[in-house]
Amino acid sequence: MLILFIADTSAVQDAQRQVPVRIGITPVFLDYQTAFLDDWREYLESQLQRPVEFRQRSTYREIMEMLMQEELDFAWICGYPFVRFRESLRLLAVPIYQGQPLYQSYLIVPESDTDTQSILGLRNKVFAYSDPDSNSGYLVPQFQLHVSGEDRNNFFRRSFFTWAHQKVVEAVAHGVADGGAVDGYVWDTLAKVNPALTSRTRVVMKSEKFGFPPLVARRNVDNGAFQKVQEVLTNMTNDATGSDLLERLNLDGFGRGNVRLFDGIAVLAETIPAP
Amino acid sequence: MYRDLSLRYKVPLRISILILIVVLATTVSLLARSYLIFKQDLFQSSENMGRIMARTLTPALLHDDVWGAYEIINAPFSIDSKDASLQPDMLIVLDRSERVYVSTAPRQYPILSDPALKDEEIAIMKQRLLQRDSMSPEILEMPGFGNIYVVTPIDSDGVLLGRLVMLYSHDIYINRFMTFMRQAAMTAVLIILVLLPIAVYWGRRAAAPLVELSNCMGQVGSSIPVELDCRLTQGGDEIGQLGAQFQRMIGQLREKEAMEKQMVVSDRLAAIGRFTAGIAHEINNPLGGLLNATNTLHKHGPQDPLTSKTVSMLERGLMQIKDTVAALLVEAKPEFHPVTHQDIEDTRLLVMPAAQKKFARLDWVNELHRPVNIPSTHVRQILINLLLNSIEAVPDHGRISCEVSMSDDALRIATNNQGEQISNEELEYLFEPFVSGRESGRGIGLWVTYQIVNTLDGSIEVSSAEDDTRFIVTLPLQRAA
Repeated sequence: MLILFIADTSAVQDAQRQVPVRIGITPVFLDYQTAFLDDWREYLESQLQRPVEFRQRSTYREIMEMLMQEELDFAWICGYPFVRFRESLRLLAVPIYQGQPLYQSYLIVPESDTDTQSILGLRNKVFAYSDPDSNSGYLVPQFQLHVSGEDRNNFFRRSFFTWAHQKVVEAVAHGVADGGAVDGYVWDTLAKVNPALTSRTRVVMKSEKFGFPPLVARRNVDNGAFQKVQEVLTNMTNDATGSDLLERLNLDGFGRGNVRLFDGIAVLAETIPAP
Repeated sequence: MYRDLSLRYKVPLRISILILIVVLATTVSLLARSYLIFKQDLFQSSENMGRIMARTLTPALLHDDVWGAYEIINAPFSIDSKDASLQPDMLIVLDRSERVYVSTAPRQYPILSDPALKDEEIAIMKQRLLQRDSMSPEILEMPGFGNIYVVTPIDSDGVLLGRLVMLYSHDIYINRFMTFMRQAAMTAVLIILVLLPIAVYWGRRAAAPLVELSNCMGQVGSSIPVELDCRLTQGGDEIGQLGAQFQRMIGQLREKEAMEKQMVVSDRLAAIGRFTAGIAHEINNPLGGLLNATNTLHKHGPQDPLTSKTVSMLERGLMQIKDTVAALLVEAKPEFHPVTHQDIEDTRLLVMPAAQKKFARLDWVNELHRPVNIPSTHVRQILINLLLNSIEAVPDHGRISCEVSMSDDALRIATNNQGEQISNEELEYLFEPFVSGRESGRGIGLWVTYQIVNTLDGSIEVSSAEDDTRFIVTLPLQRAA
């Protein structure tokens, strides 16, 4: 009996070991960094002793739907969907950027535009948002228009979504859009790796600071796995490979975070109805 | 100027000009064709590209995805294409109301602007497009502006959502064409460089026989040189035939010249003969009288010693004159009996002593085995004259040969001797009387021989080379009298 029991336990462990950890990501934030994702996956697998799968979708909305339907265990999403679906989610980790788990939304215009001082200078212009579920790329400018008393739906002559922060920068740099709202962290990182692109844009305004787009888990994820993944993420600074990966992400590390970090976003979300 | 140019230059020049014309014509026609092909290529590929893009643009327009549409039309510029030659300069997506939906030159054609307001060319293009209002791709060339517009409708289920406008600069195929033209020009120059030397070589070869023939003909002036320096090509072609014909003509001219020379000699000899005979007759008549008178004086005149001595002297002198005159006159009708083998042998005996005196060797061939109808006196006289001349001509211990032979209708006498060569000029006057270069003899032996041969309607030939002078006398057999 004893022998059978032991065998059974190891089989369960084996099975558990074989079930992959599924992490959802979007190009909104991490844009087409396949090589990086491969290295990160390898790192996480070796730390977790479990297979890891990154599942990419082009919008936050799709990632959220997959989380709700338990097709994903974890996901790296924006603070805006997090506050909207807070009941169904558990905060797994918050990236530490420049020493804080915070970031800003940047309002950018083409470099040739030297007049615009705020979003109000872009009346009747063409504006690029990143994703309707993005805080920095949609909610923040919408809120700014709202508090300025503008009709946020007709303020711009035309607005469109690029479904990625980097592409907002591209749209503004190429002159397709006269202005755009972009994740400050993405713009800063791009300024490091692709200064030719960011130099064609000008940051007009930086917003107040918000909780950095967090990594979340669906509410009913296995607690052991949750703890393990959280531990691995927050300990990435402790080894060379992890530090190297963090450097490539232009992040200082991951912290456990606090849901209160996203209260600022929640205020905006309450004011601006979801699109 | 060109007319006087030698064929040596004219033929290569003509071939070279021909080659130049052919190469130029080929290159130009090739270029013209490739220009059309380039244009067609561009139209074809741009039309295809338009169709593909229009199809991928449909969902973007349906979902109002401006950025998606921009990424689609910007794709040709974002990829580093190796062959960018067929790339459009700009793409614009127009919405249903002909305003800019998105363009690859957003600063120039911003979203929702009316491109026609900004650009006269596009305004004209739009007007032309509206006139057609077709649902298939249109290629609009704008002659005044030099650009080409490929306009493809973007539709969903037959409903027009917008239009994709691709703008190609005219330079695009001009550039490509220029590249091709440079290559073609280089190839043409290479071909010409290879072909021209060949053309010059062939041309010269083709002209060479004519030039040579012309040189040959140039050497023939009023007289024909003994040695013509000619290397005429053999062969059955026209130039070969011309060469052969020329050689034949030269041969005939030579013959004619020889004949003319001979005629002059014969004429002269005949004139001299008539002249000599006249004088001989004129002398003979008074001479006969003088001899009769001396004879009478001798027999019946005073018998004193002085007179008889004087008369004898006169008689001897007159007899000598008679002999000389007689020698000059060939007796037309001597006593006639046919010449026989023995007659020939007799002459041998007659000349032997003279030959022995010079220790000369006399080779003798006598093939006259039957009497022939030619006066023996004449034959003997001819033979004796020729042989004595020969013996005199040869040096001591020299060699002389004599051959008498028969053919069907003629008697042939040939003598050879090893005497000194007779020059061409001497040969011309050889048969004239009193021209002998020798000191002894009267110099009428050959003259007399010539006269006899003439009388017998025969011919005499003489040729002289180093150590071999030859006389050939041919006497036709006479009809039996």
